[in-house]
Amino acid sequence: MDHRRKGLAVRYAQWVIRWRWLVLIASIAAVFAAAAGAPRLGFTNDYQVFFSDENPELNAFQALENVYTKTDTILIAVKPKDDSEKVFTPDTLEVIKGLTEESWKVPFAIRVDSLTNFQHTEAIGDDLTVADLVVDPAGMDAAALKKAEEVAVSEPALVNRLVAADGYTAGVLITLHMPGEDPMEVTQAVSHAEELVGAVRTANPDLNFAIAGIAPLSNSFPVASQTDMETLIPLMWLVLFVSMIVLLRVVTGKIGSSVLASVVMTLTVIMSAAVAMGMAGWGGIKLTPPSATAPNIILTIAIADCIHILITMYSQMRRGMNKHDALVESLRVNVSPVFLTSLTTVIGFMSLNFSDSPPFADLGNISAVGVAAAWALSMTLLPALMAILPAWVAPAVEGKMTAMDRFGDFVVNQRRKLLLSTTVIILAILAFIPTIELDDRFIEYFDHSYQIRVDTEFVTDNLTGPDILEMSVPSAGEGGISEPEYLRNLEMFANWFRTQPGVMHVNSFTDVMKRLNKSMHGDDESWYRLPNDRELAAQYLLLYELSLPYGLDLNSQINIDKSATRLSVTMESLSTTEMRALKERSEQWLVDNAPEYMQTQASGAVIMFAYISDRNIRSMLTGTVLAFLAISASLAIALKSVRLGLISIIPNLVPAGIAFGIWGMSVGVVGLAASVITATSLGLIVDATVHIMSKYNRARKEHGYDAADAIRYSFSTVGLALWVATAILVAGFAVLALSGFRLNWEMGLLTALAIAAAIVVDFLLLPPLLMLFDRSRKTNDSAARAEPVPAE
Amino acid sequence: MKKIILSTVTAAWVAGGVGVGLYAPAALADDAADKGRAIAEEWDRRDLGFGDTKAKLRMVLQNRHGETSEREMYINTLEVPGEGDGDKSLVYFEHPRDIKGTALLSYAHILDPDDQWLYLPKLKRVKRISSTNKSGPFVGSEFAFEDISAQELGKYTYKWLRDEPCGELTCAVLEQTPLYENSGYTKQVTWYDLSEYRQQKVEYYDRKGELLKTLEFRDYQQYLGKYWRADELFMTNHQTGKKTSLVYESYEFQTGLSEGDFRKNTLKRLQ
Repeated sequence: MDHRRKGLAVRYAQWVIRWRWLVLIASIAAVFAAAAGAPRLGFTNDYQVFFSDENPELNAFQALENVYTKTDTILIAVKPKDDSEKVFTPDTLEVIKGLTEESWKVPFAIRVDSLTNFQHTEAIGDDLTVADLVVDPAGMDAAALKKAEEVAVSEPALVNRLVAADGYTAGVLITLHMPGEDPMEVTQAVSHAEELVGAVRTANPDLNFAIAGIAPLSNSFPVASQTDMETLIPLMWLVLFVSMIVLLRVVTGKIGSSVLASVVMTLTVIMSAAVAMGMAGWGGIKLTPPSATAPNIILTIAIADCIHILITMYSQMRRGMNKHDALVESLRVNVSPVFLTSLTTVIGFMSLNFSDSPPFADLGNISAVGVAAAWALSMTLLPALMAILPAWVAPAVEGKMTAMDRFGDFVVNQRRKLLLSTTVIILAILAFIPTIELDDRFIEYFDHSYQIRVDTEFVTDNLTGPDILEMSVPSAGEGGISEPEYLRNLEMFANWFRTQPGVMHVNSFTDVMKRLNKSMHGDDESWYRLPNDRELAAQYLLLYELSLPYGLDLNSQINIDKSATRLSVTMESLSTTEMRALKERSEQWLVDNAPEYMQTQASGAVIMFAYISDRNIRSMLTGTVLAFLAISASLAIALKSVRLGLISIIPNLVPAGIAFGIWGMSVGVVGLAASVITATSLGLIVDATVHIMSKYNRARKEHGYDAADAIRYSFSTVGLALWVATAILVAGFAVLALSGFRLNWEMGLLTALAIAAAIVVDFLLLPPLLMLFDRSRKTNDSAARAEPVPAE
Repeated sequence: MKKIILSTVTAAWVAGGVGVGLYAPAALADDAADKGRAIAEEWDRRDLGFGDTKAKLRMVLQNRHGETSEREMYINTLEVPGEGDGDKSLVYFEHPRDIKGTALLSYAHILDPDDQWLYLPKLKRVKRISSTNKSGPFVGSEFAFEDISAQELGKYTYKWLRDEPCGELTCAVLEQTPLYENSGYTKQVTWYDLSEYRQQKVEYYDRKGELLKTLEFRDYQQYLGKYWRADELFMTNHQTGKKTSLVYESYEFQTGLSEGDFRKNTLKRLQ
């Protein structure tokens, strides 16, 4: 270390010790100021936050919602517990009718559709009667019930949407239009519906109820965020506790010291997380399940920072140094590497700003602030506290060959075999990456511990699918939706959809026209077909529109100048790949079969999620490459060696590949989380590389060791600390794997895998590589020069 | 008593003594219901005797995107004297061309559903619309038929809420609750200016008691030195962000229309 810099670090350390009380109070005050923003934190409950404002699928969907009406929905399913009983009984119909009427009172409800209020058309002489399908359930005799069932299960607008084809389940569909002014809007609507269903459920113990739809799903996000924070953070304490035991076992040899060190570590990591969450509050960030994991990530990384400083201090004391000198020495050797590893971690997290999915950008920024805070606190609060508190150590046992020394010998002696075997194994693992399938089924982000998942599956099994693909199909111009050519093609298109695998229901304007045509011809079944005259169709439509009650109009299905209609296709749960294939097939069908003016694109929440991983992987590609370049450059600069910088590329890149390869072998399917793993894990796994290479470099330059001895030296000096730090990081991220929210457990598990892979690569592959490529370097010319990056 | 909002919407009248003096707060009953009822009665009274009107209407629909679409129609209204029944109206659609020649005949009633017939020129037949619940949007607009059909005094109960400035005028604010079945609204809040007893603004509240729509009356004109009609009715749907403007391009009063012009059988001969 050069004298000026060395002097700086030492002078800084001495300054901290002298002014320890001031440093302590100032850092605590700063922490409190930052953390005061935490009460401003809220939880978002809008699923659309997963998409940036520029996301093309989101924009297509919002354009459609602007033309028609919003599609935030709550679906209440009703099914008699007796499996042999249909919903067509006076009692059950009464419940459905009651639910339908009460549902109008759900906040932000603009429309309620059900079996009972379906606007059934009937011709009586020259009258067109449009009325609720079920008006007075109690007064219905067997014949009336039979008739209602026949109408319902043969009505395309109802069957497999609001009534099951077998008649055993029915639904009440509430369409919401939220002004978007208050994040509590969704919660208000969903809570009201839940209370309503709760009351009806109590009064009708013989019926099963389920609540599904986009709104309850969105409302499950804050639940998921809070559940994760409530369950995972306590688990983090377990990790912290185990880390402290390790510290006790490894470093001090004295109970009293380890208790005090535990207190100091605990304070430092909590404060790091508090600063980050407080700053997020000041910044107005609304937490999502991914960003709600930030405290866990920060705690994990902050522990690792503390460990490095405390290990050095105690090991110096065990060699006989007094506490203050040991603290100064620890800061001297750790200022640079802790800064460098924090910097690379921050770069890795900041690169998440390239993600097209804002929750991950939030996660990256909060974590980056937390890592920076952990660094700052481990340079201020931590040494100040250690200077104030007493420390006792048992003397070190000298001259004993450690496990790490034996490990170093093994790696040096077996370098050729290791190089070959690790390369082969790594290549074999990497070969599994292409087998990974990307899948983002929105509902499956939640596991079965969430009611929304259970209820949605109940609805899918018994009534209708969870996913809706929406299309606004244009006609040739104003009023063109009555044109026979348009209607004919639209009907063929709807029928084509009905033949596609996975499609459960198609809501098409053509069904309205056919029903109307029939009613205009005395309900003669043979007229259940499209009118073949534009003006006639338009006039039927006018008649029908004049007959509809409040809220049940066609504005949700027809645009204002009657130049386009909305086609809604409900599907059972399809994989992302199948979903995209269906979207592309449907658009191609229009190109191949319909007039040019009818061509359009499919949208919907399910489409947005079908492309989210792809789009994020593409947007993160730039971020990942930039992070990688920045991190490699900081390494090369810190090590003052382009050659070492280049060699470092392999151990820095390979671990994420190994993680994905193992994932491909074992789990096989991954979602959105995949897009961010490479960048975030890069910032973490690079730490071990930094420590090994800087020790190695110091050994070669300062001590004039050859490559093999330099490897032994680095294993011996930094090996144990690295395994301990890695164990903590792996455990910390593995905690996230216990989340019930899929993005979180995938992210946690993949990162843990990458970090674990990194330590293996750093100890088994990196040394043989160094011995292979760094063999010929002259070592004496730079021996006198100090190097900037000490290790430990 | 009557008044078809399509054509009127408001009270008309001249400062014929009665009104001005009538509205002195002290002279009114303390009871908010009586007070509200009295204001509405005055509004109703001032439009009595308009006889019949003819007007051309342009309707401009606007969605949240700002995209617009137009409809054009003529509307004839016949005052039906007496308290027992509502006015008669005939809407003749001019544009869009697919529905040109379609004509809607309505007999407004106080509490019973209105009688309505639609003539379909392509079918050359008259169809009776026998639905009881016609609270849906009128030709895709933000107006429900009940917003523009006859505004009869007996359709609501009234409650005076307060007086407050409305633009340059002072308005009485009344809560009106529909007495007829199958309304899309739980209540309306209506602003009547106290100088001419014209409706200036109506707020419509939905079944959950939330503000659904606001109707504004713009540019009142006086006809025959007595009857007030707004040039534009502007409806904003607060829940969907959609808007509709109804512009009256010409008004004629007392044109000599009679019962015979408002019969089901005359619909076909309208062209």
